[in-house]
Amino acid sequence: MKKTLLAMGLAFGLTTALTMPAFAQAREVTFTTELRNYAGDGAYLALYLADANGRYQGTLWVAGGKSKYYKHLSGWARGSGLNAAEYDGLTGASLASGRTMKITLNLDDALIDSGYEIRIDTAVEDMRDHRADIAVPLTSEGSGQPQAGRGYIQSFQYDL
Amino acid sequence: MLRQLHGLPGLLAALMLAVLAITGAILALAPVMDRAAAVIPADGEVSVAELAGRVVNHYPGTEQIVRGASGEVIVYYYRDGQPGADLVNPMTGDRVAPYEPSPFFIWVKDLHRSFLLDDAGRMLAGTIAAVMVLLCISGILLLVRRSGGWKALLKPFTGSGGKRIHAELARFAVLGLLLSALTGSYMSAQRFGLLPEPVETGPAFPAEVSGGQPVPVATLSALMSVELGDLRELVFPYPDDPQDVYSLTTREGTGFVDQATGELLKYQPRSEGSALKQWVVSLHTGEGLWWLGLILGAAALTVPVLAVTGICIWWQRRRSPGLRPNNADVAQADTIILVGSEGNTTWGFARELHATLNKAGFQVHCSEMNALADQYPQASTLLVLTSTYGDGDAPASAQRFMARLEGFEGEKTLKYAVLGFGDRQFPNFCQFALYVDAALDKKGLARLHPIERINRCNASQFSEWGERLSEHMGVPFMLTYDPLPPATVTLELVERADYGLAVQAPTSILRFKVAGARQGWWSRFLSRKGAFPLFEAGDLLGVMPPNGEAARFYSLASSASDGILEICVRKQTDGLCSGYLYGLKPGDCINGFIRHNPEFRPAVGSHPIILIGAGAGIGPLAGFIRRNTARNPMYLYWGGRNAQSDFLYQPELGSYLNDHRLTGLNTAFSQSDEHAYVQDKLRQDQVAVRRMVDAGAQILVCGGRDMAVGVRQAIEDILKPLSTDVESLRAEGRYLEDVY
Ligand SMILES: Cc1cc2nc3c(=O)[nH]c(=O)nc-3n(C[C@H](O)[C@H](O)[C@H](O)COP(=O)(O)OP(=O)(O)OC[C@H]3O[C@@H](n4cnc5c(N)ncnc54)[C@H](O)[C@@H]3O)c2cc1C
Ligand SMILES: Cc1cc2nc3c(=O)[nH]c(=O)nc-3n(C[C@H](O)[C@H](O)[C@H](O)COP(=O)(O)O)c2cc1C
Repeated sequence: MKKTLLAMGLAFGLTTALTMPAFAQAREVTFTTELRNYAGDGAYLALYLADANGRYQGTLWVAGGKSKYYKHLSGWARGSGLNAAEYDGLTGASLASGRTMKITLNLDDALIDSGYEIRIDTAVEDMRDHRADIAVPLTSEGSGQPQAGRGYIQSFQYDL
Repeated sequence: MLRQLHGLPGLLAALMLAVLAITGAILALAPVMDRAAAVIPADGEVSVAELAGRVVNHYPGTEQIVRGASGEVIVYYYRDGQPGADLVNPMTGDRVAPYEPSPFFIWVKDLHRSFLLDDAGRMLAGTIAAVMVLLCISGILLLVRRSGGWKALLKPFTGSGGKRIHAELARFAVLGLLLSALTGSYMSAQRFGLLPEPVETGPAFPAEVSGGQPVPVATLSALMSVELGDLRELVFPYPDDPQDVYSLTTREGTGFVDQATGELLKYQPRSEGSALKQWVVSLHTGEGLWWLGLILGAAALTVPVLAVTGICIWWQRRRSPGLRPNNADVAQADTIILVGSEGNTTWGFARELHATLNKAGFQVHCSEMNALADQYPQASTLLVLTSTYGDGDAPASAQRFMARLEGFEGEKTLKYAVLGFGDRQFPNFCQFALYVDAALDKKGLARLHPIERINRCNASQFSEWGERLSEHMGVPFMLTYDPLPPATVTLELVERADYGLAVQAPTSILRFKVAGARQGWWSRFLSRKGAFPLFEAGDLLGVMPPNGEAARFYSLASSASDGILEICVRKQTDGLCSGYLYGLKPGDCINGFIRHNPEFRPAVGSHPIILIGAGAGIGPLAGFIRRNTARNPMYLYWGGRNAQSDFLYQPELGSYLNDHRLTGLNTAFSQSDEHAYVQDKLRQDQVAVRRMVDAGAQILVCGGRDMAVGVRQAIEDILKPLSTDVESLRAEGRYLEDVY
């Protein structure tokens, strides 16, 4: 999965004072999410960027096709207001138990080492929801460091 | 048409239906188990605020409280960064047990809704549910057609073997199955967008919250006003985020609760569509309706049996002679053949007739008598071939002929001939054929040729009839058909009990071993080709006498499940076949075949059964009593000559009385001091007999013809004070005779 997130800066500009210079440098970032082996259907995941206070800044990826389940990804749902414009073109299939998902996005350099964190909310039909299954700061040192999640996520890492 | 609609999809879907049904039945237990594990306070006793307060006392890291449809309360929490889930007691907030959805149930559920194949499997399961709807509806219509009307659905069914099991189970389960299938199809159709799905986004998050200092959850006013019973789910705010809110979902709607002011924000009632959807889900799963779940589960358990018996019925029907492919259309045919048959031998003759007339250039339409059309626009000749059953009764494929004939409008143009098939051993030789002949005459049809009656499928009689028909129709043709004799099997005598020698009524109970017979309840679902057919008490055994003469019939006193084949034979003076049987020694073998006689059976249900017989006629009656393990009231009136000599089944009847398979026994002995016959005993007991008949009793008579006439007269007299008679009882299936 490879997606270019050129519109990212624009989207952020709406919610924060962090306006992107038009000539900002973009960098390829790969997000790797591996799920535990749990007994249940495919998981819905929302990867999003939050500020240091945990406030939603923008959507990175949503795994899971049925928007009626999105409200179970409650931290992200709250932040994005479930506004379809927030996640347009950033969705894919749900992720089955034990499987790994790799996403590569072009992220603005300015987002790194600036106090942002990556969060992932997860949900599985008929099972509990995990808000902020993962919450890790987006920093240069953090790159390539696997982190265990609290819920369905076995490990998560990003590679700058 | 209806039958194809029922059979084809059923056959294709049988295995998948069985999987859905068995898994469904297992899943039906879940609501009951949830309910049993749940602590449920009285209505109005606990508010959501109280519950949440108690829960956070025990679980400071509470993230979500869920109340399941069965009333169980589950708390999801984090402790030291580890997620956990517990069932809690809403009265205390204490843990009842860790909440671990059983992996087995999860697996079964996955199997149930998707055959473990994700979306493709779900689509398949949805399709199978829709097939089930089709099967239920076509099945109900078939049952109605078969039992002769909607009202008759509530009466006991006749028939035997797989067909009977299929019909009885279906009657018991069809409403539950229909509900499960309809709701399942509905859910599936919604999931795949064939039906509109209610939008369930819920309210948008509030833009403004007070942001003040959070107060304890137990003091939040919006939560105090919600009763536990209405709670669906309460999601706690993210820790240390004053901008976050509680999300509350109740039975009626969804909203948010400010963690500082306790105010309810952005409440949105549930849409009607989503409430309906929730109902459909509950009706399907039994969630919150555990008793319904159990009923549906029990109904679902019948499906595997229905599938197996259904396939057996289909297979039997496939093997039985059907219609020829070159059957002319009703609208075009110039010659119509109608067939009345129960055991299918008459069909063999009909097919020969059909083929011969086709070759002679006629446009022939052939069907069962029940399928009599309102008219045959192009036809000039009507040929009716029918057998006779019971006491001049119609065979299965002619049961509704007389009723249909009333609405028949083709009498002006048609000339007809009736050919009866029967057996002179029976008192009413070809009686039904005679009735049909008279009814057609009365209807105003002209006779092409007078009725002829064929004894025991005699081939040369049939050919002679063909010659005369050929003359009438003005075209030369010849009919030659010799049905194969029924396939016989070898039976070995294993035991005999002799009675009545001293009173010149030598009678023996003979027990045979069926070579290679299969035993056990499951055997009735199997009917391998070439194997001995299954039988029940009341069916007949055909026995070939040693010199190759035509078979004689003997009523069976046992069922296949008893593991032996038992008959009771009275030796007639100079009797060929009865003498042969009487002379058998244990170890000797005979050849025999089964003739089903499903009409002669006690009804199922709790109405009293009155069994009446004399002499060897006790055989099938004893068989019925032996099978009465349900201990329904059964009374036996039986006549013999002398209690010391020919009291057939005396030891067995004693033990049946002891274990209440037999409720009452009344014997009459003609060569004792009382000089009484069985009908005398009935008259003595007339008050009791009348009361039983009034209460819905069924009467079964078996034995010699003279006895039967005497009994019928006695019952007729006994019924006088009631507004009924033997004829009406007979029409309701409550007066059955097996007489010879
Ligand atoms: C539906 C049905 C069920 C039957 N069930 C039984 C049963 O359970 N037990 C049983 O013993 N028989 C039963 N019979 C009678 C049986 O089929 C034979 O008719 C009987 O055994 C006589 O056959 P046979 O070959 O011995 O006599 P045949 O050689 O045919 O006849 C010899 C002599 O016996 C006389 N005779 C024949 N039949 C009778 C009769 N029924 N009553 C009085 N005299 C007769 C004849 O008039 C003749 O004089 C049943 C018959 C039918 C149609
Ligand atoms: C239980 C039973 C009852 C019968 N009753 C009569 C009867 O009352 N009169 C008669 O002529 N034939 C009677 N028969 C003989 C059948 O009509 C005869 O065997 C016929 O050929 C069967 O044709 P089918 O197999 O097409 O139904 C009876 C046969 C059985 C098995």
